[in-house]
Amino acid sequence: MEFPESNERRKKLGQAIMFGLSRGISYGIVALLFLILFFIVKQGIGVINWEFLTAMPTDGMTKGGIWPAIVGTVYLVLGSMLFAFPVGVMAGIYVNEYAVAGPVKRFVKMMTNNLAGVPSIIFGLFGMALFVNQMGFGASILAGSLTLGLLALPIVIRTTEEALKSVDDTFRQASYALGGSKLYTIRKVVLPIALPNILTGLILAVGRVSGETAPILFTVAAYFLPKLPSSIMDQAMALPYHLYVISTSGTQIEASRPMAYGTAFVLVVIVLIVNIAAALLRNYFGKKVKMN
Amino acid sequence: MRIRRFTEPIFESLIKICGYSSGFVVLLIIVFLFKEGISFFGSSPVEEGFTMYVHASNPVKDLSAAQIKDVFDQKITNWKALGGADQPIDFEFLPKCIDSYMDSLPGSLAFFPSAQTDGKLKSAIPIKIDKITVGKFLSDTEWFPTSRPAARMGVMPLLLGTLLVSFFAIIIALPLGLAASIYLAEIADERIRKILKPVIELLAGIPSVVYGFFGLVVIVPLVQSTFNLPVGETALAGSIVLAIMALPTIITVSEDALRTTPRAMKEASLALGASQWQTIRLVTVPYAASGITAAAILGIGRAIGETMAALMVTGNSAIMPPTLLQPVRTIPATIAAELGEAPFGGLHFQALFALGCLLFIITLIINLLVERVSAKRN
Repeated sequence: MEFPESNERRKKLGQAIMFGLSRGISYGIVALLFLILFFIVKQGIGVINWEFLTAMPTDGMTKGGIWPAIVGTVYLVLGSMLFAFPVGVMAGIYVNEYAVAGPVKRFVKMMTNNLAGVPSIIFGLFGMALFVNQMGFGASILAGSLTLGLLALPIVIRTTEEALKSVDDTFRQASYALGGSKLYTIRKVVLPIALPNILTGLILAVGRVSGETAPILFTVAAYFLPKLPSSIMDQAMALPYHLYVISTSGTQIEASRPMAYGTAFVLVVIVLIVNIAAALLRNYFGKKVKMN
Repeated sequence: MRIRRFTEPIFESLIKICGYSSGFVVLLIIVFLFKEGISFFGSSPVEEGFTMYVHASNPVKDLSAAQIKDVFDQKITNWKALGGADQPIDFEFLPKCIDSYMDSLPGSLAFFPSAQTDGKLKSAIPIKIDKITVGKFLSDTEWFPTSRPAARMGVMPLLLGTLLVSFFAIIIALPLGLAASIYLAEIADERIRKILKPVIELLAGIPSVVYGFFGLVVIVPLVQSTFNLPVGETALAGSIVLAIMALPTIITVSEDALRTTPRAMKEASLALGASQWQTIRLVTVPYAASGITAAAILGIGRAIGETMAALMVTGNSAIMPPTLLQPVRTIPATIAAELGEAPFGGLHFQALFALGCLLFIITLIINLLVERVSAKRN
C-alpha cells in the first residue's frame, strides 16, 4: 500500500485551514465582546459624572441623573438575595448532604434544572399573578424582590451544591469520628470550607438579578417616580427597566440617548465588577464553581 | 447538648423543606399560569357585557371571531358569504331605536350592551359566537387582541415569528460556537484557554436589556442600511442579537461535551496516522455529538424565551407569514409589551397568560429534550 504524497500534503493543508478558521472565529467572538463593551464604554463614559449618578431625572428623563434607578436596583438585589440566598443554600445542602441517590434526588435536581430554564418573562407573569394580585402586594419592591428571588434560586442552589460536592469526604468522616452530628458537621466543617465557592454563586446571582428586566416589568418597575421609595410596598425604578424605557418609548428618544448610554455603561460596569469579583474569589481559593 | 437535640431536627426539616423549594416553585408557576391561561379557552371573543343580535328571521345562527372582524372591516358585506340569504349586512354599533330599526332591516347584525337590550327585543335574537378553543388559538393566523367588537387571538404569527428568529439565530450561532468550542477544547493551549474562557463567560453575564440596546443602536441601523430596508427592526436583527446571546451557552456546553472524549480514542486515531484535525472531525466531534446537540437545543430554548432583546430589536409586528427582512413579533415580547395595558382579568389578560402557558410548555419540552439527549451519553 502506498500513500500518495499529495494526500499527505492535503491533510496538512486542511488541518492548517481548519485550525486557523476555528482560532479566527474564537478570537472574533472575543473581539465582538470587546466591541460591545468598548462601544458602550466609549459612548457612556462621557455622560458619567457625580451628578448623573446622584441626581433625580429631570426634563422628561433627558437630563439629570439615574439615582432613583440605582437605589431601586440596590433594593431589589438586597430583597431578592434576602430570600434566595438562605433558601437556595439550604436547598443545596439538602441536595448534596441529605438527599439519598434515587428518584427523589433526581426529581429535585430535574426541577431545579427546569426552573433555571424557565424564561424570565414567565417569572414576570407568575410574579404578577401570585405576588401582585393573589397575595395583594401590588406592584411593589416586595413583589419584585420575591419574583427576582425565585429567578435567582436555581443559581444559588446549583452553585451551593457544586461547592459542597467539592468538599472532600474525609472532612466529614473525621467530624463524625469525633462524635459530630450530621448537622453539626455541615455547620462547623463542610460549610466553612465551601463558603468561598458558595459566595461566588451569590455574587453571580447578584449580577444576574441586577440586570433582569422582564420579571420586574409588571411586579415593581415604575417609568418615573418623583421621589425615592419609602417602604417595601412602594414601586421603584430600576436600572435595566430605566434603560429599556428611555431607549424605546417616550417622546424624546433621541434627546434621552446620552442618558441611555450612561445607564447601559453603569449596567456593564456592574456586570464587570461582579464577574471580576467572582473570578478573584475563585482564583484566590483555587476551586472552581461552574455556572452551567 | 439538650438544646441541640431539640433544635437539630427543626433545622433539618427546614433544610428538607427548602430542598423541595424549586419543585414547589415550578408547581406554583404551573398552577398560576394555567389557572389564568385555561380560563381563556371557552370564553367568548366578544367584548364583555355586549351581545350581538341578528334579525329573528336570519338563518345564520352562529359566527366566528374572524367572520365578525371581516364584517366589521367590511370585507364581508353580504350574508351569503356567511351561509345566509342573499342580502347585504347592515352593521349596527349603537343602540338607537333598536327594535323598530332591526325589525325593518332583515339583514341587520347589531352589537349592543347586553344590559340595555336583554329580553327587550322582539324582532332580534342574539347570535351565537363561537367560543375560543385551543385549536383555534393555535391555528388562527391573526393577532388583534384589542379589536372590537370581537378580538382575534391567533397565536400562529407569534409562534412562527418566535421560531423564525430563534432558529435563524442558532443557524448563525451554532457553526461559530462549535468552532470556538473545538478551538478551546482541542486546539488552544492551556494559557490561551485560561484567558478566552472567562471572556466568553462574561458574554453570558451581560444583561439582555444591554444587548437589546446595543442591537437597537448598532445592529438595527446596520441591517437597515445593508438591505436598504424602510425599517431596520426586523427578524434578522433579532436573530443576530439572539445569536450573540446564545454563543456562550453553545460554547460552554459543547466544549464540556468535547472534553468527555476519552484520550485513548483520540490517541488511537492519531496512532493510525490521522492528522489532529481528522481526529477532531472523525473521532472527537462524533463522540460528542449528543452533547453538541444538547448545546444547540439549549441555545434554541434560550433564544425562544428571550424577552427584552427580542422586544427591542424585532419591530413587534405580527405579520403573517413572518419573513427575515420584515418586523416580527415573538411570544415573550408580546407578553412584555401588552400585559401592562391589558385590563386585569379580561380576555386579553387571559390570552397573554395562555401565551405564557404555551411558552412554558415549549421550554419544558426543550429542557426535557436536553436532559434526554445528554443522558444518552452517560
